Amino acid sequence: MSTDPAATGAPPSGEPLLTVEDLQVSFATEEGVVQAVEGVSFELAPGEILAVVGESGSGKSVTAMTLMGLTRSPNADFEGTAHYKGTELVHASEDQLRRVRGAEIAMIFQDPMTSLNPVQKIGRQIVEQIQEHEALPDQQARERSVELLDRVGIPRARERIDNYPFEFSGGMRQRVMIALALSCNPSVLIADEPTTALDVTIQAQILQRMRELRDETGAAIILVTHDLGVVADIADRIAVMYSGRIVEQGTLDEIFYDPQHPYTWGLLGSIARVDRPRPDRLPAIAGLPPSLANRPEGCHFRPRCPHEFGKCMEVPPLEARLDGQPAHLDRCWLTPDEKRERREVRPGEIGLEAKSQAGAS
Amino acid sequence: MGRFIIRRLFQMVFVMFAVSVLTFFIFNVIPNGDPAVRMAGKNPTETQIEAIRKEWGFDDNLIVQYVTMMKKVFTGDLVSYFTQLPVGEEIIKGLPRTLSLAIGAAILWMFVAICFGLYSAMRAGKFADRFLTIVALIGISLPVFWIGALMNYYLGYKAGLFPNGGYVELTKDPVDWAYHLILPWTALAILFIGFYSRVLRSNILDTINEDYVRTARAKGLSERQVMVRHVLRNSMIPIVTLWGLDFGAVVGGGAILTETVFDLQGVGQYAAEAVGQLDVPPVLATTLFAAFFIVLLNAIVDIVYAYLDPRIRLQ
Amino acid sequence: MATEPATETTLQGPAAWEAEAEREHVHGLGPWRLGLRRLKRNKVALLFGALFVVLVLSCIAAPLWADKVAKTTVNANHLSDTITVDGKEKNVVGLDGVPIGPQWLKADGKFFLGADRNGRDIMVRLLYGGRNSLVIGVVAALITTALSIFLGLISGYFRGPTDTVIRALLDVMWSFPVIILGVALGVAFALGGLKIGPLHLAGDSLLIPIFIIGFVYVPYMARPVRGQVLSLREKEFVEAARAQGAGPFRIMFTEVMPNLASTVIVFFTLLIANAILLESALSFLGAGVQPPNPSWGTMIDEGVDRIATAPHLTIVPGLMLVLTVLALNVFGDGVRDALDPRAKVRLER
Repeated sequence: MSTDPAATGAPPSGEPLLTVEDLQVSFATEEGVVQAVEGVSFELAPGEILAVVGESGSGKSVTAMTLMGLTRSPNADFEGTAHYKGTELVHASEDQLRRVRGAEIAMIFQDPMTSLNPVQKIGRQIVEQIQEHEALPDQQARERSVELLDRVGIPRARERIDNYPFEFSGGMRQRVMIALALSCNPSVLIADEPTTALDVTIQAQILQRMRELRDETGAAIILVTHDLGVVADIADRIAVMYSGRIVEQGTLDEIFYDPQHPYTWGLLGSIARVDRPRPDRLPAIAGLPPSLANRPEGCHFRPRCPHEFGKCMEVPPLEARLDGQPAHLDRCWLTPDEKRERREVRPGEIGLEAKSQAGAS
Repeated sequence: MGRFIIRRLFQMVFVMFAVSVLTFFIFNVIPNGDPAVRMAGKNPTETQIEAIRKEWGFDDNLIVQYVTMMKKVFTGDLVSYFTQLPVGEEIIKGLPRTLSLAIGAAILWMFVAICFGLYSAMRAGKFADRFLTIVALIGISLPVFWIGALMNYYLGYKAGLFPNGGYVELTKDPVDWAYHLILPWTALAILFIGFYSRVLRSNILDTINEDYVRTARAKGLSERQVMVRHVLRNSMIPIVTLWGLDFGAVVGGGAILTETVFDLQGVGQYAAEAVGQLDVPPVLATTLFAAFFIVLLNAIVDIVYAYLDPRIRLQ
Repeated sequence: MATEPATETTLQGPAAWEAEAEREHVHGLGPWRLGLRRLKRNKVALLFGALFVVLVLSCIAAPLWADKVAKTTVNANHLSDTITVDGKEKNVVGLDGVPIGPQWLKADGKFFLGADRNGRDIMVRLLYGGRNSLVIGVVAALITTALSIFLGLISGYFRGPTDTVIRALLDVMWSFPVIILGVALGVAFALGGLKIGPLHLAGDSLLIPIFIIGFVYVPYMARPVRGQVLSLREKEFVEAARAQGAGPFRIMFTEVMPNLASTVIVFFTLLIANAILLESALSFLGAGVQPPNPSWGTMIDEGVDRIATAPHLTIVPGLMLVLTVLALNVFGDGVRDALDPRAKVRLER
C-alpha cells in the first residue's frame, strides 16, 4: 500500500477516520453462546487518541481485535459495521483485511514477552511486515527498521536489530512492538493494554513515546486499557466499557470531572491519587463482573450498583443526557442532578459508595 | 560450544562404559550362562570343556575377562564364540543394510507425518481430523513384526508386488535397492507416522494460539505465510529433535524386529541372533554400537536444537 | 487493580479449556470432576474403553469357554483327532500338517478360530494368551509406575548428588535400546531362571517378562515425573508445608505426590498398551513368555512360520493384540485430553 495520509499529520476535516456502528460479537463455546460485544458504536477522528477503558471481560479487547479481523474463527459471529476509509472491516474479505492490517491499522499487543516470535531476529520480523506491504529491497527495508527502532528509543538500534526477542527487556520489547506497528506508517494504531505487563516507570515512558509518535506521524490511536489512571495523561477521548457495552463516552475532561455513569464513578474512585489523603484501603467496586455467558437483564451493571432502581431493568440507551455536552454519552437512567449528588461520596471526591442514609433499606 | 562438546564426549564415554559393563555382567552372572559348556557342542567331556575354558580365558577373574574383551573391542579382534567369525566385520557388513532401512524409513515417516499432522491440525475437530487421529492411533497400536509379516506375505508373496524379503546393495542397483526396501520402510515407518503426526498436530494447535501468531496475522501476512513461517516452523522444532533421537534409536536396535521379519541381515538382526545364543562378544559389540548411535544422536540433537531455538543457544 | 488475565478473546482450543477451567473453578468444580465431565463427552474414548473392558472380561472367562464350549484345555493337543463339521468328519490337523481354519460355530464351538500345528484350539489359546498378555501389561505398568514415581520423587525433590546418580542411571538405561535390553534380559533369565534373594523364578515364569518390561520403561516415565517434581517443589503449598516443619518424605508423599496424579493416570493406560506391545515383541523374539505358555506374541511367533498355509495362526492373535492396544491407546488419549491436554506422553519401541 502506498497511500500515506498520516505522514503529514492529521487532516483538519471533521470526517472521522473510523466509524464503528452497532458492533456485535458473539462466540459459540461449550458453555453456550457468549456475547462478548453488544452494540458498540464510536467514531475515531484522524490523529485522535481514544481510550477504551473497562475491566476484563468488558469486551474492549474483542472490540479492538475485531477491527483487525483477529477474532475471526468458525465459532465467532459478527454483526454491525466498521468503516475505515471506505472499507467495511467487520465483514471484509480476508484479502481486503490483509491490505489494511499492518499497513493502515496496526496493533500493539498486551504482552510484549510473548507477542514476538521467539526464534526470529527482531529485524527480520519488522522487515517481514514492511515487505508484505511495500516492494522494498532487503537493504532498504532493513534501513527503515533501524530507523524505526531508533525512533522508538532503542539504543544502538543498528546492532540490536540482529538480536532475538528474549535478549530484550519487557519495556524494550514493547518498543520493538511499537516500531513494528509503525513500520508502514499506519493511520490507526490499536494498542491493547500496551503497558499492563510492564513496570510502572516503563509504562510512563512507553505512553509518553506513543503520544510523541502520534504528534510526529499523525496516526490516530485506540488505547485499550483497564486502568483509567493510565489514560489520564494521553487520551483525548474516553469510552468506558462494561460487560460488552459502552456505558459512557466523552472527552477526557468530561469523564474525569463530570462522570455520569456509576461504573465510571467506581473506576475513578479506585484510582490512587497523590493529591488526596491516603485512604485505609482503596475502594473497590463490590461484586464481580457478570459471567460472559450469563448476563443480567437490563443495565448490566445493575447487580453491582448501589443506586439501582426499578427502571434499571430496562436497557438504558447510550445517549447525550446533558445540556451543553452533546458528545458526552452515557447509559444510566438517573437524572443528571441525581448523578451529581450521588457520585460525591466525600466533598470533592467521586466514588461508588452508597451514602449511609441511602443504604439503610 | 567447546565446553559443551567436551562435556558431551565425557558423558558419552561414561554411558558407553556403563552399558558395556552392564551387558557383560548380565551375560556372565546368569546361571547356565557358561559359554564353555555351550561351545563344546553336544555331549562334551569335562576335559573338552576345561580346554575351551582355558583357551578362551573363561577361568579368569570376571574383571580380567571384561578388560580382555574391551581390549579386543578396541583392537577389532573380537570373535564370536559360536561362529568364530570376527564381530567387527559382521557389524560392518550389516551397517549399510541397517542404515538404508533407517534413513529411508525416517524420511518416509517424517514426510507423511508432516502431511498428516498439518492437515489434521488445519481441520481440527472436523471429520478429517478425527479420522486421521484414529488412523494414527491404529498406527501406534500395530506391532511391526505382525504388520511386517502380513505385508510380506500378502503384498510380497501372494500378490507378487514386492520381493519377498532380502536386500540388494545400493551401489549395485539403486532401483532394486529401493524396491526391496519399500515394504520394510513402510512397516517401520507406520508407528512413527502415527506418533509424529499426533505430536505435530498438537504442537501446531498449541502454537496457533500463541500471541506471536496473532502478531503475524496483524502484520497482514496471508494465512499461508502465517502457517509456514510462524506456526509450522516453530512447531517443527521439537519434532526435528525427536526425529534425531528416534533415528539414533532405530539404528541402535530399534529396527531389530523389522530386520528380522524381512530378513535384511542388518546389525539389529545380527544382535537378535547373537542374544538368542547368548553369544557375548557380538552382543556386547552390538549393544555398544547401539548405545553409541543413541548417545551420538542425542548430542547432535542438542546442538541442532540450540541452533533452531536461539533461546537455548545463548544461555 | 489486578493485572488482567488474557482469557478474554481467545475462546478456542486449549485457551478455551483454560478459560472454562477458570470459570468453573470459580463455580467450585474441581479439576477432577471437570476431567471426568470432559471424558464423558468423548464418546469415542468411552467406546474404546468399554471395548477394553469387554476384552478383559472375555479373557477372564477363558476357562469357561475352554470347559463349556471348546471342551478342551489350553495345552491339549488334538493332532490326530477329528471333528464333525456339517455331518462330515474332518482332521484337526491335515495329513499335510496344515491345521484346520476357523470353524465358527459349525462344530458346536470347537475350534471356533481353528487349530494350530499341534491341533490346539486357537480360541482357547487366544483367551488364555490374552490373560498372560494382559497380566503382564498391567503388572508391568504398575511396576514401572511405582519405580518411576519413587525415583522421580527423590531425584526431583532432593536434587544434588541423589539426582545426579539417578539421572546417570536413567541415562544409561535410556541409552540401551529397549528391545535389546529386554531381549538380553529375557533370554538370559529364560535360560537360567532368576534368583533375587529368597525369590527363585523358573525360566518360564510370567514374572520374568513382567519384571523386565516393568524395568525397561522406567526412564521414559521417571524423567517427566522428575521434571514435574522439580517444578512442584517450588510451589507455595510445598513452601508452606516446609515452613510448618514437615519432613522431606512427608512433603514428598502428602504434598507433592497427589499432584502427580493426573500425569500418572495418563501415563498408566498408555503404559499398559506399550507393555503389551513389548511383551509381544519379546515373545516374538523368544525372550518373553516361554512356550507352551500362550501369549499373543508367542502365538504370532508360532504362526508366522506357517503364514503361507495357515494365515489365521498369525492374523487372529495379531488382531486381538491390535484391538486391545488400540482400545487402550484411544481411551488413554481421551483421558489425556480430559485431564492434561498438554501432557507430552511418549513411550515407544
